[in-house]
Formats: sequence, structure tokens, C-alpha cells
Amino acid sequence: MSHDTLIPASQATTAAIPDPGLGEHVERFTDADPAAGNRVYRSILFKFALVPVLAIAFVVVYFAMDKTAWVEVLGTRFLLQHLLLGVTLGLAILLIGIGAVEWARYIMNDEEVAEERHTLATSPADREVLSKKFAAGVADSGVKRRPLLLSAALGGVGILAVPVVVSLADLGPWPTDATRKKTLEKTIWAPGVRLVNDINKLPIKPGDLEVGQLVNAEPATLFDLAGADQQVARAKAAIIVVKMDPDTIKIPDSRKDWQVGGVLSYSKICTHVGCPISLWEQTTHHLLCPCHQSTFDLGNSGVVVFGPAARSLPQLPIAVDSEGYLVARSDFTVPVGPSYFERDSTKDYQDGDK
Amino acid sequence: MAKPAGLADSAPVLETTRPDAEPTPGRLAEVGNWVDERTGLGKVAKGGLRKIFPDHWSFLLGEIALYSFIILLLTGIFLSLWFKPSMGEVEYAGSYQLLKGLPMSEAYASTLAISFDVRGGLLVRQVHHWAAMLFVASATIHMLRVFFTGAFRKPRELNWLLGVGMFSIALIEGFAGYSLPDDLLSGTGLRFVDGLVRSIPIVGTWLEFLVFGGEFPGTLIIPRLFIAHVLLVPGLILGLVGAHMALIVYHKHTQFPGPGRKETNVVGYPLFPVYMAKAGGFFFIVAGVTTLMGATMQINPVWNFGPYNPSQVTAGSQPDWYMGWVEGAVRIMAPIEWHLGSTTWSWNVFLPAVVLMGLLFTVLGAWPFVESWLTGDKAEHHLLDRPRNAPIRTSLGVAGMTCYALFWLAGGNDILATQFHVSLNDVTYFMRVAVFVGPVIAFFITRRVCLALQHADNERVLHGSESGVIVRAPGGGYSEAHEPLTEDELFTLTQHEQLAPLEATPATDGHGIPVAGAGVSKRRARLSGWFMGTTVVKVSADELHDHHDEPVPAEK
Repeated sequence: MSHDTLIPASQATTAAIPDPGLGEHVERFTDADPAAGNRVYRSILFKFALVPVLAIAFVVVYFAMDKTAWVEVLGTRFLLQHLLLGVTLGLAILLIGIGAVEWARYIMNDEEVAEERHTLATSPADREVLSKKFAAGVADSGVKRRPLLLSAALGGVGILAVPVVVSLADLGPWPTDATRKKTLEKTIWAPGVRLVNDINKLPIKPGDLEVGQLVNAEPATLFDLAGADQQVARAKAAIIVVKMDPDTIKIPDSRKDWQVGGVLSYSKICTHVGCPISLWEQTTHHLLCPCHQSTFDLGNSGVVVFGPAARSLPQLPIAVDSEGYLVARSDFTVPVGPSYFERDSTKDYQDGDK
Repeated sequence: MAKPAGLADSAPVLETTRPDAEPTPGRLAEVGNWVDERTGLGKVAKGGLRKIFPDHWSFLLGEIALYSFIILLLTGIFLSLWFKPSMGEVEYAGSYQLLKGLPMSEAYASTLAISFDVRGGLLVRQVHHWAAMLFVASATIHMLRVFFTGAFRKPRELNWLLGVGMFSIALIEGFAGYSLPDDLLSGTGLRFVDGLVRSIPIVGTWLEFLVFGGEFPGTLIIPRLFIAHVLLVPGLILGLVGAHMALIVYHKHTQFPGPGRKETNVVGYPLFPVYMAKAGGFFFIVAGVTTLMGATMQINPVWNFGPYNPSQVTAGSQPDWYMGWVEGAVRIMAPIEWHLGSTTWSWNVFLPAVVLMGLLFTVLGAWPFVESWLTGDKAEHHLLDRPRNAPIRTSLGVAGMTCYALFWLAGGNDILATQFHVSLNDVTYFMRVAVFVGPVIAFFITRRVCLALQHADNERVLHGSESGVIVRAPGGGYSEAHEPLTEDELFTLTQHEQLAPLEATPATDGHGIPVAGAGVSKRRARLSGWFMGTTVVKVSADELHDHHDEPVPAEK
């Protein structure tokens, strides 16, 4: 059904009837009945009068109350002092507002007033004056005779953007090839570094794990670092160690010696935007990232089976040391974490690789 | 030679003169005069004191945004007196027992101190966060009001652009704010932004290193976000708010159509005293309500999340509501990444995060100019449109809202899956299609509703309103009596402008020579016909006059 219609020019802007104009002012109840007006008057006064009472209550609560006391209201626990401070202050502020609005609505004159609008633009005559003044200014400046002055001045100011921008270059180190090799493309994993439990920092023996069990782990060397260094290292080195039945998973030939009897280790940092992946589904061997639901198949070298991530989870080659504890055989073979432009992603594992 | 001192023989007798006796001004007028003699503010006050503002509930939405911004400034100053924007590690020794002795950043420790050791600190923190939620929400709804009523049209295009600017940097301001406490949730958000910045082709890694001062998380990002959050962005917003308000005052507010309301006037109540009391009172109402919210409704309980640890995350991690649509887009995006040579093009992050945000703000900013291109309308507009009378604009707006809402819902696809016991994968697959199909469906439904409402208006103008009284005719038939409309309503329902769509001007003149530049192309005329012609022609004066189907008066 088409509504494409030509609208008659004559009616484009005219209403079906002439503008009846502003209606007559109708008195409010509070105007017509003095008693009603006085009731509203008293009600507003009462609201304003409560404000100092609440303000004093606020001060009393602030100084006199134990700040750790709590109270249960409707099944929810509140810090009592916090609650009372907020309620007294909030009500005091609210009452001022309600009182003022009531005053405006019921007491103040409510006759509508029409005010004329004025043309926004400058009048043609004034524009004429302006353009003359501008022309006089241009003439005074001498740029007509010496036109290069203006371009030179503007160019000079413009080029100042260069030092301003350049002075920001030290905001951070530059991710050159060499810097990236030491930062984004390297973690503190190294041959022989023990895998230790994230919580109790104890090294892990393959025999301690049951089939289906997943342990969050870190390199033992992480805890030699402190503060920001530890945070930066942790953001790349965090791993998960998982034991699966070797008969139910696919291990490509190239990664046969990256695992110890079905114990495999993967980066815990999602290849999408870098959340630590944490939701483990034992029966399917799927690991799900709680941030954006990218899902990786740990039984198939960490390939993506669902979600927005586009690259497999990097696997950490592991072995056991002479005391039987799990150790890394090397650093990760590809950079961990989210993609970046200079990342060479041709070496990541893809489903079906040998 | 000394001269004898001359004596003036005609020195006039000076009398001390006083100004003519004037009525002594009151104390207030005295103060006013004092100020005016030094500033000339009287000239401004003369024009502004009784400035008229129109009354409508929807005009309060922008006020809520303004007031919550003021509340944010006030509570923010309080918080900044205790907050330490440092990622330096300390051992927590505050009064929250469950975290005692844990290593954490000073930022997190000081947030805990504000929450548990500064009296009233938790209240102010929660008021600040609620006010932030309210600020973005009211600004969003205010923008929708302006869009659907056509208030962005000439002469207000620039004010619309200022609004879009504030809206976009408000998102940055909010993000910077909730990243500051350095708890597990805010750190997860920062990690997300790190991945987002990195994904930008060619310059991403460089930006990441410059923004974070090296590798994530480093030690600089919290101090940098702090200065952005408390100085840079609020300063920008404050400047834009000032310009926004100045233009509102200069343009005078728009008004809804009705009897006595013209393009050339503004009908309402004077600033002094009515709007001072109303708007001032409303500030206190907004402040009071946010304070009560801060008192009774918990928000961002950072002590439950623990300090940031890049190897931990909680299920159900989500940003504040206004970033939800970006989060949703990132979640449902297909895993598209190019691996060209030794480079990686991370479209799966760059498109839904960076490009989508840019797209929204570009479309919003461009709309007033697109619409005036479609209508060819160069006139000033101070009377608002009823949304039904601009069916295509309204339908496009609802389509946009639907798209936003679906992206936003997708940002909670895990919550949807667990709450409604459906498969997470199915929710995601559904949303991938719905964000494209949903807006189209919404467009056609809204278009239909607008046209139907326009038909209904015409019906009421011609036949009157349904009275609910059933009349039996002498012949036995039943019909419903209709009440005639009041003059006011007849005028209001038929006053809107219905301009004819643009018509294509010939591409060549009479001699077959192409006309350069000016003119309306066929494509523009077609689009204009679609945009302006999709409407129900309103009842004209002649039609109303000639209409024989007079309203049947109801029996009393």
C-alpha cells in the first residue's frame, strides 16, 4: 500500500481551522479556594522545616554511630551508618526539591506567557557593516600587498603541531621488532621452569592429576618478581594444566612430545582480547572464555570451536624433570594473547595440521 | 619681585549639592546597582530574567543529564580527596577483614578505604556511580526525544552536534571512571580495551604501547586514566555543556504544537520565578533520588571482586550498561582474522568495537544534514514534530533503537542463556542474524503504526472522538455516538507542515547542455519522495468544511 501522495501546496502549512489562540487561564484549586492554597502553603513549609531536622540527624549519625554496625532490611544487609547517612541526606535534598516544585506549581502564577522569537541571524544591514569592517581590517593588515605574510604565519603556527606530537613519543617504548621480541613475543617460560599451582605455588606431578582435572598454573619464576613486573609477566605466562585420557584426544605428530601421558598445558590468555579463560567442560574437553564465550578444544591442540576468537590457544611444550615435576620444555612457540598487527600468525596451530 | 597675593573678588559661594532626592532603593537593588555599575550585568538580566520556557515533561530529560553531571562533579571532588591513582603495590591493612594482608595496588586499597574507612565514603562512591549511570541514560533518552520530535532541525544542527560530541566522550569518561578502582572487574575491562586498541590495523601495537606505557598492564594506565577522568574529559564536557546551554538560551526552547503556539513565539512560564523554582527544585529532586539510590542500592561492590590479577576473571563479567552494545557486538562477531604475510588483521575485534562505535557517532552526527538534504527544507523550525507525522524518520529511529537494543542484549548472551535455560551458542547465532533482521522488522512495524496513527487523527478530525455511548436508531440499528473535537484539538491535529517531496530538476537545460552543480538529481528526488511522501495527507480546511458526516451528538 503506497502512501506516496502529492500534497497540495495550498495546504502544506495551513491547519484545517484557524489558530484558536492561547486558551483562557483556568484557575487552579489553590487559586480559587484560599483554604486549599493554605493547605499547600503549610505542606511546603513543613517540608522545608524538616530539612534542618534531617541535617542534624545526619551530623548525629556521622559522629555518634559505630561505622561497622549493620542492619538487615528486607533480607538485605546494610552498613547502618552508611544507610542512615544516605537516607537523612537524600531525604533532606529531596524535600527541598519537592517543596520548591510544589511552590512553583501551586503558588506561583501559572498564567502562560507568549514571548516573540527574534530572527537568529544578523540583519543584512549589520552584515554589511561587518563585511566593511572586515575589509577595513584586511586592508589595515597589509596582507593584500604582502600576501605571503598570512600563509607564513599560519604555516608557522601549524607546524608547531609537529613538536607537540613528537613530544608525546615518549609516552611509551616503541614496539619495534627488537622490543616486541623482548615483550609481546616472549614470556618468562624457559626450558626447565617448573609449572606451579597458581594458588599454593607448589610444583605439579603428572600423577597428582586425575583424568579431566584442570589446574591453573604459573611458572615458578613468576614469584621471584614483584609488583608491576609480576603483573606484566602474569598477563602472558598464566597457563592451564589439564589431564585428559590420551585415547579420547587428538595429538598431532609434531606435538607428541609436548605432553606427558595426557597432561597438556595451554596458555590461559584468550587469543581474542586477552581474558583469562576459565570455564572447563570435562566431557567435551572444551574451554570457554567467560568474557566473550570463545571456546577452544583442548583435546585438539586448542583450536577454536565457537565464538569470536580466530586463533588456536597456544600450547606450552612440557616434560618432567628428574624429580618428576612438570617443567616447560621451552617458551611458547607463538606469541600468547590477543592479536596485534605485526604478529606473524602463520605458525599458529590450525585444525588438521600434522 | 614678590607680588602681593591677589584676592579674587568674585569667588562664587559654593554650595554642596546633593543628587535630587530619589526613592531610596531597597537593599537588594543597592547590591544590584553596585554589581551593575561594575559589570553591566543589568542589560543581560533585563532580557533574561523573565525569559519564557515552555513546559513539557520530555524537556526534563536533558535537565536530568545536566544535573547528574553536576552531581558527578561534586561527588567526584569528594572522592578525589582520598583516591590514590597509583598502581604501586601495597599490603592491604584497612578495616575490610576479608582482604587483610593481600597485596594490591594503591588505587584499589584507597577505593576500599573510601568504602569502609571514610565515613560517608561508600555513600558518595555509590552516588557517583549511580549518577554516572543516570547521566548517560538521561543523555541517551534526551537525544532520542530530540531526534523523534525533529528538534535537531535548523537552526539547532550545531547543538545536536555538540550533544553527539558529549554523548561520545561521556562513554569514554564512564569507562575511565570504572577502570580506576583497579579491582578484578575493572582490570578485566582494561584488558579488553588493550585487546581493542591492539586490533587497530597498522598502528594498533604502537597505540597500545603509547597508551599503556609499554606492555599491559604496566604502571601508568591508572594515573593516566585518572587525569583523563578528573580533568581532561570532564573539562571538555563542561565546555560543551556551556556551549550547549548558551545555544539553547539563544535559540529559545522548541515547543510542541498547539493553539497559540507559533513558529514565531514561545509559550510557557518565565524563568524568574517559575523556572528557577521548577528547574532548581528539580535539581534537588535528582540529587535527592541519586543520594537515596546510593544509600539503598548497592553498585559496583569492588570488595567482592578482589584486586586485579591478569590470570583471574569472574563469569558474567560485563561493562557498565552503556558499553553493553559494544560488548555485544564483540561477542557475536564472527571469528574473522586475516593473516597476510607476517601481519595479522584482527577484524573480529576491530570491526565490532572500533568501527561500530565510529559508525554510530558518524550516523548520529550526519543525520540532521541527511534529513535536510532529503527534504530540501531550509526553514527554521521551532515547533516540534509529533513523531507520527514524520513516519520515515520515526521508523528509522526505532530501527536504530532496535539494532542498539539487540547488540546490548547480545552483550548479556551468557546471562540470557543461563536465565532462560537456552543454549549459549543458539543465543549467539540468533543474535548474529537478529541485529540485521530486527531493525528491518522494526522499521516496517513502526512505519505502519505511524501511518495508522495519522489515519486515526484524520478520522477524529472528520468524525469526532468515540464517546462510548451506543445509540439505537429508530430503525433498530446501533451505532456509537461521536463527540466533536474542540477547536484546540482540531487545530493541533491539523497544524503540521506537509511539504511536497523534492522533484527532479532536468539534468540538461533546454538546449541539451548539462546543468552544473545545483539541481535535484533523480535519485535524490526518489529518496525525497520516499522520505516525505510516506505519510497520510492531513485533513484540509475544505474537507473539514464539506464533510457531511457530521458528528452525531450523544444523547444526554
